[in-house]
Amino acid sequence: MVLTADEQALETRHLGFTISPHEECGVEEAVRIVEQQGGEVTVLTLGPPEAEEQIRETLAIGADRGILLATDGEEWDPEATAAAIVEQARDYNLIIFGNESADSGNYQVGIRVAYALGRPVAIGLKGLTVADGRVRCEQEVSGGRDIYDLPLPAVVSVLEGINLPRYPSVPAKLRARQKPVETITPQPDEARLEKVRLVVPAGQGKQAEILGEGAGAAPAVVNVMRDLGVA
Amino acid sequence: MTVLVLVEPDGGAVDELSLQALALARELGEPLEALLVGPGGAEAAGGLGAHGVVRAHVADDERLGAYAPGAWARCVTDLAATLEPSAIVAPGSNRGNEVLAHVGARLGLPFAANCTHVQPGAPLELTRVRWGGSLLEEARLHGSPALLSSAPHMVAAGTVNGADAPQVDRFAPALDDADLAVRVSEHVEAVTSGISLAEAKVVVSGGRGVGSAEGFAILEELAEQLNAAVGCSRVVTSAGWRPHTDQVGQTGTKVSPDLYIACGISGATQHIAGCKGAKKILAINSDAEAPILMSADYAVIGDLTEIVPAITAELRKAQAS
Repeated sequence: MVLTADEQALETRHLGFTISPHEECGVEEAVRIVEQQGGEVTVLTLGPPEAEEQIRETLAIGADRGILLATDGEEWDPEATAAAIVEQARDYNLIIFGNESADSGNYQVGIRVAYALGRPVAIGLKGLTVADGRVRCEQEVSGGRDIYDLPLPAVVSVLEGINLPRYPSVPAKLRARQKPVETITPQPDEARLEKVRLVVPAGQGKQAEILGEGAGAAPAVVNVMRDLGVA
Repeated sequence: MTVLVLVEPDGGAVDELSLQALALARELGEPLEALLVGPGGAEAAGGLGAHGVVRAHVADDERLGAYAPGAWARCVTDLAATLEPSAIVAPGSNRGNEVLAHVGARLGLPFAANCTHVQPGAPLELTRVRWGGSLLEEARLHGSPALLSSAPHMVAAGTVNGADAPQVDRFAPALDDADLAVRVSEHVEAVTSGISLAEAKVVVSGGRGVGSAEGFAILEELAEQLNAAVGCSRVVTSAGWRPHTDQVGQTGTKVSPDLYIACGISGATQHIAGCKGAKKILAINSDAEAPILMSADYAVIGDLTEIVPAITAELRKAQAS
């Protein structure tokens, strides 16, 4: 991993962007619920103007419209992120978040939004069933699944594995270009979880000991397994 | 001042991630008070002296039998109102992070998840992990009490010398209906087959290089020989070759076996985030330049369809002799 000179971000000039796995599954789940029960899916993201591209990808898999909370590319802390989302999220029966962001992993934005809206919230879900004004939520725990049963409107966060997201068809990608995306430019409060700098941890870049090539390495592998007490 | 640590009981003992949270909390250099909620709390409290806890508070209310994040958060905020701790630390578990996020929302305080180091002060300075552990962030936390969770398996649990058993106090949190509105209403037992990925001593894992769902047969044979669990990379579950429950990675299961055998796995950061808790990693890969070799301890270069069955045969031979 390579950082920018000011150590505030990853150097992304030569990287592509994608939707994070939990969030991609969240969009797929929303689209499936609406396909079965009717309604409309709005996709919201907070990020730089270029993030409109990822919103268009979600419109191609079946979301109806998008909201981009545009930043100047600076990262927002979880409190500021939640506050900006709350302003746009008042009118929905079900708000689905990814459980934690792939990059900053703060584990809290959905819960903060739920409290601000006075809604019940369940997180880390691998199953959602919406029926009769309620959402049945399944969470994988050691030895099985815990079930939460929430009245709508509610806030939930999901994990990858809740579904297998579809690939968009070419006609769907073309239709996505015509769907509405609204851009809003909120202003963040001062971060109270204040990033000072990013650091690439030491110890990355160790070099494996080569035990051999091909099938002939099997005895050496078994010796290692014996030394580790696993064979 | 004191530091309040949320401790999760694990069948009368203390959960490993909670011991890591206690180790992180000790970096703040203040006496530790522990909060235990739910079944097994009182039994687990006795052993906490060795982890620096001077007093353990056991929340006593029969309604705490089923997990309810709002009720756990109420236990934390009630106790914090009395103790006025400088920091509240939770384990880097799903529930630890969930409860502290509720506490942050209730008290209007910032919360730093996934911390590996803390340094007392105002603001408190901390290091936390990002990108599933492949990057560190140095940050300042402006809020009191400071809300922190430890990064799982990144802080070594330790003990302190000459510690007495802690004083154990029971307290009754002032739970209201809203605190209990979201709770576990039902538990469905899993139909398990074989060894759990999260608890296996050895994991045999396959990536794109395995080539197909059928290609996993030789990995399953090796796993059977080693009493191991079978895992896979994200590419494999996205292709539908294996169920998502087998996925090792940042968005799958995080494993910590004695040996992780990565067959045909290139070593994307998303995958390494799930297996770096392994004591040793063996990579089997056709590409001697694959990134996995930068994270592995041992490697065999070549065709995994020849190497994996050869290891299985060698193990059988060794067992027979």
